[in-house]
Amino acid sequence: MADITLTIDGKTCKAKPGQSIVDAAKENGIYIPVLCNYEGLKPAGTCRICTVRVGGRFMAACTTPVGEGMIVESGTPDIEDMRKAIVEMLFVEGNHMCPCCEKSGNCELQALGYRYQMLVPRFPYLWPASQVDASTPKIFLDKNRCVQCLRCVRGAVTPDGKHVFGLLNRGDRTAIAIDHALASKMTDEMAQKAMDSCPVGAILRKEVGYVVPIGMRKFDSKPIGSDIGQ
Amino acid sequence: MSRKITIEPVTRVEGHGKVTIHMDDAGKVSQTRFHIVEFRGFERFAQGRPYWEMPVLVQRLCGICPVSHHLAAAKAIDVIAGAGTGEGLTPTGEKMRRLMHYGQMFQSHALHFFHLVSPDLLFGADGDPAIRNVIGVALMHKDLAVQGVMMRKFGQEIILATAGKKIHGTGAIPGGINKNLSVAERDSFLKGADPLNIEKMVSWAQGALDFFKDYHSKNKELIDDFAVFPSNHLSLVRKDGALDLYHGVLRAVDTDGKKILNDVDYQDYLTYIGEEVRSWSYMKFPYLKSLGKEKGWYTVGPLARLNTADFIPTPLAQKEFEIYKAYTKGKVNNMSMHMHWARLIELLHSAEVIRDLLNDKDLQGDNLVAKGPKKKEGVGLVEAPRGTLFHHYRVNDNDQVEMANLIVSTTNNNEPMNQAVNYVANWAFNGKKEITEGMMNRVEMAIRAYDPCLSCATHALGQMPLEIELLGAGGIMLDRKRR
Ligand code: SF4
Ligand code: SF4
Repeated sequence: MADITLTIDGKTCKAKPGQSIVDAAKENGIYIPVLCNYEGLKPAGTCRICTVRVGGRFMAACTTPVGEGMIVESGTPDIEDMRKAIVEMLFVEGNHMCPCCEKSGNCELQALGYRYQMLVPRFPYLWPASQVDASTPKIFLDKNRCVQCLRCVRGAVTPDGKHVFGLLNRGDRTAIAIDHALASKMTDEMAQKAMDSCPVGAILRKEVGYVVPIGMRKFDSKPIGSDIGQ
Repeated sequence: MSRKITIEPVTRVEGHGKVTIHMDDAGKVSQTRFHIVEFRGFERFAQGRPYWEMPVLVQRLCGICPVSHHLAAAKAIDVIAGAGTGEGLTPTGEKMRRLMHYGQMFQSHALHFFHLVSPDLLFGADGDPAIRNVIGVALMHKDLAVQGVMMRKFGQEIILATAGKKIHGTGAIPGGINKNLSVAERDSFLKGADPLNIEKMVSWAQGALDFFKDYHSKNKELIDDFAVFPSNHLSLVRKDGALDLYHGVLRAVDTDGKKILNDVDYQDYLTYIGEEVRSWSYMKFPYLKSLGKEKGWYTVGPLARLNTADFIPTPLAQKEFEIYKAYTKGKVNNMSMHMHWARLIELLHSAEVIRDLLNDKDLQGDNLVAKGPKKKEGVGLVEAPRGTLFHHYRVNDNDQVEMANLIVSTTNNNEPMNQAVNYVANWAFNGKKEITEGMMNRVEMAIRAYDPCLSCATHALGQMPLEIELLGAGGIMLDRKRR
């Protein structure tokens, strides 16, 4: 099928039919921030940090496919401020103590906080009474830091199709949970994969931590998105 | 008329504390107390967190010597991770940690001497407080101020290269370290442009010591007679009795030099050491159980270390140690102001250790972490700049910390500091109607000798202007001074 032509922030871009706006932007050197989107997983559109404006309407760029002649606005001040507000909300809805968090420097939420120069959130802290679940052999699950992106829910699936992680409860009580029976059979590789896929420090492998020295961590010298574009 | 004098906060120490001095009708000192009035409670924060997080989490209780907490916690966690009790690490793991620790010791001792203490020596206890501070030193003794800044910087660069950050790094991990020292990093310390190279640091450390000795020879009364009282002394020593600031066995001597704790394994510290709570301070009072609460208190820090150690395993510092020991004819040294002397000998020793480590090829090794069968409980001790630091953790079956107990250096020195305050108050205030700035400063000088870190002693941080109140019977304020 022929390439699709669209513009993103005024730049003419070529894309493949069926491609999401996020992926098309990436291929054209434009960074649209994502948090729940993860390579190899079906887009879920849960975090809304990739919100763009198409024809005057807000859409999640990870779940919206490109269309011929589409005019996409992404880096405008109002959209960027909305994204910043989402980052702030994610911070106040959890309990994030970056100074001692093992994901610090490798954390996508923290990296987005830096990108948007978040100093003090505009929303009040909610200080939720979240729990940790340390009862499985390989994973330390710190619900204080979960942003409910569902990457683990989508990604950590056993060969027979069972989900190791899932969401419990509803509304503002929604919390991530781990299936203890399935988790007890996890290998180190599976645990590492789950940890790597989590954008924040909610899924941690047990017994190891802080192995990558400061200076060598993912975002120490390369701000998030800098490998794609502005 | 009885009265109460409050010095709050004590200045040129790390953190916030206050002194109260009660005087009876006859104008005699009836009671003195050094209060630590802040509280933070890190032992509670640690509960429920994974054990491997401790070295990074708990160091946050202080920004003054976080490396000490980082390493004490790491040593305790080594035990839990099955990496042994201080001797099970790989050579690279152990030596990188030592380099980090001696870098910290070097910068902390330099800061304390040049910035906190030298004003008292250069301008005198009665000197104008407007210049009796680091700014005064910078204006009138620029060379000393610059040396202080550069020595601190050198130590901090060592910390950066080993821990990843100058303050609150992550270098020490369960069973070892997360990086080695690159050849480029090593060479920057060995051959850095003047003055930031190790040779200069050794010579400046020697220079600071010579400065002190010269001052001492001209001010014997202040250095030898100020706040002298009998005390027990406790520290780690290497198994062969050498001074070792990173690892060893616990030794304590009494005021006559008799060993009252004979090179014991610190994993069993609870067998030997108890902690008493008193209602007027957030800081606990540790004591040696064998001697009881009354008599079992002890001093830690440079003075104690040079009282417990048999020798110093680097040549320049050993030479100075011999001079220092000869001054008391080998006897236990209880002169509070000699703590500064001892600290400077340790400064020189630290520089020498750093030099030796930099020349050790093990620092470029790749085998960084050791591991073994896990344990439920671990104790980690280091000699922090201010003295022996205890970290103790117990974990549950899920790898979560269920108990944390910390005894920090300044807590160990709680009773000695109270003794020193009492001594100086009796000596300076008895029968005096008016309180002078110099009298107040003398009380502070006694506390300052211990280089207390009140922030970490109560696991808190803060600063306020100094205030002193003179209260008559019934709490009526007679006089009030502020600075
Ligand atoms: S998960 Fe990320 S944002 Fe949250 S505490 Fe850890 S580093 Fe900070
Ligand atoms: S645990 Fe991590 S991956 Fe799973 S939903 Fe929460 S933030 Fe996303």
